[in-house]
Amino acid sequence: MSVLTPARATGRITRINPVAKLAASLVLSAFLLVTIDWVSAAVALALESILFAWAGLGARAFFRRTIAIWIAAPLAGITTLLYGVTDGQIYFQFWLIHISDGSIALAIATVLRILAIGLPAVVLFATIDPTDLADGLAQVWHLPSRFVLGALAGMRLIGLFLQDWRHLELARRARGLGDTGRIRRFAGQAFALLVLSLRRGSKLATAMEARGFGGDTVRTWARPSTFGAAEWLLVVIGAAIGATALAVATVSGSLNFVIG
Amino acid sequence: MPSRVPANTQADAVADGSAAGASLRASGWGWRHAGRAAWALRGLDLAIEPGERVLLLGASGAGKSTLLQAFAAVLGGADEGEEEGELTVDGMPPASIRGRAGLVLQDPDSQIVLARVGDDVAFGCENLGVPRHEIWPRVDAALEAVGLGSAGSDAAPGRGSGLDRAHPTSELSGGQKQRVALAGVVAMRPGILLLDEPTANLDPGGVEEVRDAVAGVLRESGATFVVVEHRVDVWLEVVDRVIVLAPGGGVLADGAPDAVLGARGAELAADGVWVPGQDPLGGAPVRTRERTLPSHEPASVPASAPELLLSTHDLAVARMPGRPVASGIDLEIRSDTATALTGPNGAGKTTLALTLAGLLPPEGGEVSASDALRAESGHPDAPTPDAPRSAWRPGRRRPRAPGPDPLSWSSRQLLTRIGVVFQDPEHQFVTGTVRGELEVSLKALGLGHDEIAERVHEVSDRLRLGSLLAANPYTLSGGEKRRLSVASALVARPRILILDEPTFGQDSRTWAELVRLLAEQMRRGTAVVAVTHDRAFIEALADHELVIGGRSTPTSATPTSATPTSATPASATTASATPTSAPAAPE
Repeated sequence: MSVLTPARATGRITRINPVAKLAASLVLSAFLLVTIDWVSAAVALALESILFAWAGLGARAFFRRTIAIWIAAPLAGITTLLYGVTDGQIYFQFWLIHISDGSIALAIATVLRILAIGLPAVVLFATIDPTDLADGLAQVWHLPSRFVLGALAGMRLIGLFLQDWRHLELARRARGLGDTGRIRRFAGQAFALLVLSLRRGSKLATAMEARGFGGDTVRTWARPSTFGAAEWLLVVIGAAIGATALAVATVSGSLNFVIG
Repeated sequence: MPSRVPANTQADAVADGSAAGASLRASGWGWRHAGRAAWALRGLDLAIEPGERVLLLGASGAGKSTLLQAFAAVLGGADEGEEEGELTVDGMPPASIRGRAGLVLQDPDSQIVLARVGDDVAFGCENLGVPRHEIWPRVDAALEAVGLGSAGSDAAPGRGSGLDRAHPTSELSGGQKQRVALAGVVAMRPGILLLDEPTANLDPGGVEEVRDAVAGVLRESGATFVVVEHRVDVWLEVVDRVIVLAPGGGVLADGAPDAVLGARGAELAADGVWVPGQDPLGGAPVRTRERTLPSHEPASVPASAPELLLSTHDLAVARMPGRPVASGIDLEIRSDTATALTGPNGAGKTTLALTLAGLLPPEGGEVSASDALRAESGHPDAPTPDAPRSAWRPGRRRPRAPGPDPLSWSSRQLLTRIGVVFQDPEHQFVTGTVRGELEVSLKALGLGHDEIAERVHEVSDRLRLGSLLAANPYTLSGGEKRRLSVASALVARPRILILDEPTFGQDSRTWAELVRLLAEQMRRGTAVVAVTHDRAFIEALADHELVIGGRSTPTSATPTSATPTSATPASATTASATPTSAPAAPE
């Protein structure tokens, strides 16, 4: 199973149109990017945690897929802690580093916010099949099929590029260029890969054209992509979580607008 | 919406199953690619009737592919080139009846559009506006027609030899990929099937697979058929007409296969076409005659016994660490001998070659260079390049021989010992000119100007690259690219030359040149190791054949996983290999 062909499982979340997942994730992020405070992020995270249990992703799979976020969030938090806006009492000071009430609050808010936006995004995207996403983008959102399908077909070439890169590397050693000039070699190799990928791309374009792609004919879609009640529900849930988080933050007076 | 009108009629025409053969016409037709001075084709008059099956031949550069692409309406518009004369499919301009012609091209990797087999086959139907409820039955029928049918629907996915609709296209063999591409075209129900060297990149099994699939499709559909291929014998049973294009325009010969090949066979062969019964080497063996010993004495040892250069012991090789593809390989590579590495696709031949070349780490066992190879700093008859170099740049290159493991050698130490010719020449191009390609390794060796100029002159002369020295390697033809990739390895005068599928997709002329050149190198004492499927190549050159066994198919991993087979019994040197424990990957 490659990234391009994940198992089309039957879990609850898997069957939802990818476009709805994209929309829900965008709506949620929009709400959470309005303010930087720990209350709204904590509320959103708490509500999301309940939903993760229903997503149909096991605990193991959940942590395996979201590991990057669990690493990134604390790192961002530490950076904010050390260099964030100085406010209130200062606990520690060294050169540019100020740890203060303000930077502590900001650090906590940052960590929670990254988790609150990142975790649902990963959970939703992890179950997206690229082919289904393309179907959705073209059929539900009516993006131009030429671009959507072009991009989808292009993704298939990524695996070939990795293979090309490996061979380019070996070939350079075989040709006596492997000992010195690492940076120049890298640049040359990157250029060679660019040339190869353009060629592959144009060959693929010809093959697609030979199958009637890009003609004037109105295209039909072999795989229906629908946007029904389940999809709307997911978007509404995303909006509801975001709205609740903002409301609680407003009521508790912790709202801290990013702009302004 | 005027654009929909032809669309619908087209969909209807396709939908009612009227897939009877289309007719093709060209009158005074010509095409010049944008930015080119010469016409790819000019003044072509041609008529192909519905249901005819045509093999299109012609020297490289005669515009065969251009013609196919024109019929398939993929040449592009006025910005892609200049057109003259008239070219029609069923009396209409090809672009107005897209889908009437289905085209399959050479490179299997570039033929597949989508990630799953079913989706990929459906792609063409979608583009033609075929209603959804008709698409899936067509997909199943098309997969069935090319022999990949799963004989089932969603209810009973992928059993038996067929492929499930959801099967990832990335996990197909080359032959399967081409058959899926063919199915994608067949599902469009075209009136004409156009194939541009569809089997050039396939192993012999894949070639047959695709040929049989095409024959089956034609039997059922009655579509007109035009194939471009320089291996005539592959399609001879399928076609009923041969057309030979003249370079520069016009038709050189046209008629029944026997008549055309009989009258023009020698001429075609001289142009590089593989004509059955025409030996590209002209019947002269390139090796056995040159051997110093009297023949008829298979057991005798040559007067100057070949020198051991490289050997492997219980070698296991892996593309990715931890996943061995072949193992238990014992092999000896000696000067003046040729070893062929054969076996099915995916068996690990290329991986073995790259491991022998000191480019990939062995997964198990060892590769060790003999003292002779380690001490070597150039070809035996090389005019001792060491002297000027060490005087010129003392200390840059240690006179001390490197260790026995080629993997530990520096890139420069490899150059004069083991040369590698990659399967895709484009992977090994590192400069912008042919001359640069030939010089780059010599510069890495630190040779002087005169020496470099002399060697470049010699090798470019020998491989007919002299007039191309200023050209960009990427713009060369397939045959020229292959010659350049071989030349750029030979110019460093390695004692072992390792080649990966050197004759893949080559016309008979380039093929004969390669064979003669390699024989000549061996006469100078070079050891040749070639990954190949090419029987004629093996028969012409090889002393030993090492068959690398199939992977992950326990039934086929019968005794011959890796069996030493003597291709030319005249040799007495030893190359041995014990059976690979085929699917023994511990994971």
